[in-house]
Amino acid sequence: MNYHWNWKIFWDLTPEGSGTYLHTLLVGLLWTLATALAAWVIALVLGVIVGVIRTTPRKWAGRFCNGYVELFRNIPLLVQMFLWFFVIPELLPKHLGDAIKQMPPPWASYVPAVLCLGFFTSARVAEQVRAGIQALPRGQRMAGTALGLTLPQTYRHVILPMTFRIILPPLTSEFLNIIKNSSVALTIGVVELTAAARAMQEFSFQVFEAFTGATILYILTNILVIYGMRWVERRVAIPGFIGPAVQAGGH
Amino acid sequence: MAMIEIRDVSKWYGSFQVLTDCTTSVEKGEVIVVCGPSGSGKSTLIKAVNALEPVQKGEIFVDGVRVNDPKTNLPKLRARVGMVFQHFELFPHLTVRQNLSLAQALVLGRPQQEADERGLKYLDRVGLIDQKDKFPGQLSGGQQQRVAIARALSMDPICMLFDEPTSALDPEMINEVLEVMQKLATEGMTMMVVTHEMGFANRVANRVIFMDAGHIVEDASKAEFFGKPRSERAQQFLAKILHH
Repeated sequence: MNYHWNWKIFWDLTPEGSGTYLHTLLVGLLWTLATALAAWVIALVLGVIVGVIRTTPRKWAGRFCNGYVELFRNIPLLVQMFLWFFVIPELLPKHLGDAIKQMPPPWASYVPAVLCLGFFTSARVAEQVRAGIQALPRGQRMAGTALGLTLPQTYRHVILPMTFRIILPPLTSEFLNIIKNSSVALTIGVVELTAAARAMQEFSFQVFEAFTGATILYILTNILVIYGMRWVERRVAIPGFIGPAVQAGGH
Repeated sequence: MAMIEIRDVSKWYGSFQVLTDCTTSVEKGEVIVVCGPSGSGKSTLIKAVNALEPVQKGEIFVDGVRVNDPKTNLPKLRARVGMVFQHFELFPHLTVRQNLSLAQALVLGRPQQEADERGLKYLDRVGLIDQKDKFPGQLSGGQQQRVAIARALSMDPICMLFDEPTSALDPEMINEVLEVMQKLATEGMTMMVVTHEMGFANRVANRVIFMDAGHIVEDASKAEFFGKPRSERAQQFLAKILHH
């Protein structure tokens, strides 16, 4: 293979004059984190609400939420990204659609990307919340009810505290996914880490170094997330409770 | 009116009838034992008393309040009816002390300190005051069930429902739970107990109800039931359960 390796490329200045190539990648990483974290907040809030409603006795609300989950998990993420960016602004009332399209550069891409990732992931979180709630013994709900707790109180004080402990490991995977999936946002113009690596490759022609750099930054970020979530798992582990929450080990 | 009145209650799961025209009552201070083979509807019946299981026909009253009336404030009513489950159903993420005080604070609005004190008083009565800061998973089954009884008592219930309270316990832990229940009965608590512990029924019960296939087949005083049950089905059941 006739390739000119140059690992020092990261310290070279870009022709754009915005700093070194390393700087380009790190700014990309920041946009990746900004996109993923904002979307994660949306995903958790909506996912918990939708997941909970699917387990309540309210039939029609449950059906609506089932439809929500199927809608957002059955359309490819890339297609959803295009829908949020190109189609939805056209469907909104004209002044609102125009306002979205005329947002200054990073935001016109960033906002639809965050919404897209947030809703997409919320469907997956909702499914895990539902599964976690249904994994609890039915008697737990009955015990709360029998003590006179209302349905919201039973969820808040009895069901959800255990559900979150049970679903922490799959939620960790979902958190990792949302960070990786944020790379799809490059298709609508968010210059996140993958887009930054591509820019670096196009200017410097050092394709291997550019994507090695991006790969390492993704891996380091996700390792941090994994350790953070394990710390959370240990913090909330219950003494004497044999369940997924205490089997967080492996290190 | 009796403390618990059950009148012509029927319940279906789809087309399958689990309860058929059940009628009985529990007077204040009375202890009745409900027994019968599995699938006879005894758990469903006791869960209907505090509306954990809805019924399609008939009427149930607790302390004069109709349970299966849409206008009844069920959480308020349930808070006055203590319930103990087969699988204890303590809340695993809360310590024993928190398990005891949670509903007192949330449902009865007691200040946390008062709820704690009251919970610990009952924990002491079931002999587990040393375990107050443990989590349910660190206790034996018998201990968990005694905490569950203390949790129900902390709400100052007007009557207590027990749904097979010893069925999930190792043999050597059954007695510690039965002793607590027996003490409760002698103190005058109104109790409806689903159990296969015929020794307990013989010592403590005022009346025994025998159920089979969703019917109340026998509703007799303890002496009558253990002396000579009228129905053949109850005779067979007793013969099997007493001479094994």
